[in-house]
Amino acid sequence: MKTTINNKVYELNDEAADRNLLDYLREELDLTGAKNGCGKGLCGACTILADNKAVKACRQKVSFIDGKEVLTIEGMSGPGGKLHPLQQSFIDCGAVQCGFCTPGMILTAHAFLLKNNNPSRDEVRKAITPNLCRCTGYQQIIDAIMNAAVNYG
Amino acid sequence: MKQAETGKKAWRNDAYSKVTGQAEYCDDLKVHGMAHAVPVYSSEVHAEIISIETEEARSFPGVLSVITAGDIPGEIRYGQIYKDYHMLADDRIRFNGDVIAIVVAQKREQAVAAAKLVRLNAKPLPPLLDPEEALKDGASLVHEDHIFEGKSCNITNHHKIRRGNVSAAFKECDFVIERKFNTQYIEHSYLEPESGLCIPRYDGVMEVMGSMQHPFSTRRFVAAILGAKLSDVEVRSVAVGGGFGGKDDTAALVCARAALAAKILNKPVKMTYDREWSFRESYKRHPYIIYYKMGIKNGKIHAAEVKIIADSGAYCSVTPWVTWRSTVQCCGPYEVEHVHCDTYGVYTNNVFTGAMRGFGSPQLNFAIEQLVDIAAEKLGISPVEFRKQNMLRQGSTTITGQVLDTHTVSLDQVFEETLKRMDYESKLAKCSRGRADENSDELYGTGLALSYRGMSLGAEGMDFNSAIINVQPDGSILLEAAIHENGQGAESAFILIAAGELGTSVDRIRYRQPSTSNIPDGGTTVASRGTIMGGGAVVTATRELKRKLAMALCCRLSCNPGDIRFFNDRIYGKTDDVFLTYEQAVHEMYLQQEIPYAFGVFKAPKVSWDEETGKGNAYFTWVYGCQAVELTVNRKTGKVKLLNMTAAHEVGRAINMPMILGQIYGGMAMGAGYGLMEEVKVKDGIIQNTNFNTYKIPRAADLPEMQAIVIENGDPLSPSGAKGIGEPANELMAPAIANAVYNATGIRYYSSPLKITVENENNNK
Repeated sequence: MKTTINNKVYELNDEAADRNLLDYLREELDLTGAKNGCGKGLCGACTILADNKAVKACRQKVSFIDGKEVLTIEGMSGPGGKLHPLQQSFIDCGAVQCGFCTPGMILTAHAFLLKNNNPSRDEVRKAITPNLCRCTGYQQIIDAIMNAAVNYG
Repeated sequence: MKQAETGKKAWRNDAYSKVTGQAEYCDDLKVHGMAHAVPVYSSEVHAEIISIETEEARSFPGVLSVITAGDIPGEIRYGQIYKDYHMLADDRIRFNGDVIAIVVAQKREQAVAAAKLVRLNAKPLPPLLDPEEALKDGASLVHEDHIFEGKSCNITNHHKIRRGNVSAAFKECDFVIERKFNTQYIEHSYLEPESGLCIPRYDGVMEVMGSMQHPFSTRRFVAAILGAKLSDVEVRSVAVGGGFGGKDDTAALVCARAALAAKILNKPVKMTYDREWSFRESYKRHPYIIYYKMGIKNGKIHAAEVKIIADSGAYCSVTPWVTWRSTVQCCGPYEVEHVHCDTYGVYTNNVFTGAMRGFGSPQLNFAIEQLVDIAAEKLGISPVEFRKQNMLRQGSTTITGQVLDTHTVSLDQVFEETLKRMDYESKLAKCSRGRADENSDELYGTGLALSYRGMSLGAEGMDFNSAIINVQPDGSILLEAAIHENGQGAESAFILIAAGELGTSVDRIRYRQPSTSNIPDGGTTVASRGTIMGGGAVVTATRELKRKLAMALCCRLSCNPGDIRFFNDRIYGKTDDVFLTYEQAVHEMYLQQEIPYAFGVFKAPKVSWDEETGKGNAYFTWVYGCQAVELTVNRKTGKVKLLNMTAAHEVGRAINMPMILGQIYGGMAMGAGYGLMEEVKVKDGIIQNTNFNTYKIPRAADLPEMQAIVIENGDPLSPSGAKGIGEPANELMAPAIANAVYNATGIRYYSSPLKITVENENNNK
């Protein structure tokens, strides 16, 4: 199996194919930005992008990413750790509290903004509904996504 | 009053690491040679343990050890108030979440598989599940060795208020309202499940990292299970994925069990819970049964008689403290002359209950704020008017006899601001009251609720905190306080407070990752006490540092110590052309053999309490809040749609405005969950919903746009001027919703969450 994760090509051996994708990312590749919040695809803390689509890694096997381009939170920022405008917007808008949902929330928002760079607040609200946050009430997360939309397009 | 501006850019010391995925939570950590531990549960709810068979599990590939209570070198039982929690069950199973063994293996999946092979031989006992049954004389005992007020029983505590003479007062009343309320179990639902990583260190110390909100409590649990001294355990902080009161005992227990395994195996052990285990074992918000009798005379709340029964479940945890706050605040933010309150915490074989954001106030507010609306309606006046006639004002006396004159009593401010922002009274006039427009099934309603809240621990416990500020040779500053970062932004608030005091930029100050071996125990990060207590200590430490700097630098700056000024990231003498940079200042200090280091303590001002009469100055200061909601209820489906939620809160002084707004929004959202969605369902002592598909917390689409109004009146008794916002924000939305649903449908709901009954189609009112 061959996959690209955060612009890096990985050759994965076939024994990995049936392993849980989230466990594999976290335990074998040390990509711990994706979190395990529920293990059942209910909270979205494990969200990654595969070919620009938001995917809950805890519900997939490693074979799912065969031949796909994967983006995890570790791949969002640019050279020298320069933040993506969406990440900066999360900081500026006060969208970060405990931070456990943040990587998944940013990636869900990123996938959404790639498709729709001029959304309404209601569209953003709907887009992040698969991702749970217990701290913020989502208000400042929606602010952050609205604020960052101008950078997509 | 100063109303804070909003829209400022947010700042947090940990934000960069959190948006890049670099922030390390406990389960993200790996240590060479680390083993994995998992808990073993039984299917029992209440049973006498005969034996626990571990042989089969032990022989499973990869398993290193299966540990039971008999392997504990220290104390098996521990707890914050009563030592009643069996860290591993020894004599009995007392609730379905009791852990009977720990399986440790090289890989986590091996431990999970082997855990299924542990067998319990037990004699089932009838479970005691009804708290009112458990209160009765002759009820079976959950803890046979528990004695309260000289007798064996299931009562964990009994708090009282005896004010005036209620029975005489009720006779004088124009009318009396009598209602029973029931509230539900709530799961904190922090997004990060519990995790602990324990490392036996070369110096003999057990190092503990974990997802917790009280490192010092964790240290006590770990030391107890190991039979070690407190100095033999060092608890270090890592990023925590939310707590909301829920990561005290439960988190400490997970760390204690991991430490036990690490000690026995002499290797690092990590124990990370999955969501189902977390739901099953972790303590919940107490369900309350509240019997309330409220008497009205001449438009005033003249008398209140309240009986509160809180189901503590199998263990006491902090039930006496939670229910004490309920008792103190049992009449809401109103003046009441005659009060008789009896509050009981009671053991049952249900899941245990403990601290959760609000800490005994959400339950009572759900009752009181509905009763106030009911009273207003009976009087034929608006609920706004009725509240104005009864609410606490500057110089008012609370039901415990405390005169509110040491701070600005801002209840009228939060109320007026909310009314104005919502245009509340004109909206109130538009409520459907059970009658929908001809062409619509949507019933419209608006509702609100008011509260006051005692800050920090009050007379429930020792209340002080400390901070350390330590200027480095290059002028950079290390800061630390004995308050824990759970995600709320405590560290950022402390940096901002210190930077404000020192006139430096936040870039100069780094928050030192705290350790229980470095700073004294400052109590737990609960009770909305982080900013007021930790911030107070930071101010004290910073002022002490400034004093030291002024004494040492005055000669060099050719002035008196009192002339020295701290601003613009420098230290100035009398005039703006005479100054030292921090680096120069430290150099000068070192030449004088002075260390630019200070330790500061903030001791909470004195409080008082009489257990028999319920009289005293329960808290040294108070905050005030108001929340309102607009919603529609579909009369065919019962579906509630929230249209708008608005809050006004007094915070003393705002330290980090965007984070305060975040607390308010998050608090309202959690409050909406309490009112409408969330309920841990327990059947025969077993929790039925153990993940987010069946336990539903608010998602983005469930919530409306929110508005937050922050009111500042610096508090003279808080060194930083700041108070707290975490819990006040979470104690009002459920009753506001209940009032709005009534105003929409004309139906009162006395149990939370509200279960809307659907109108018969032919039965239009």
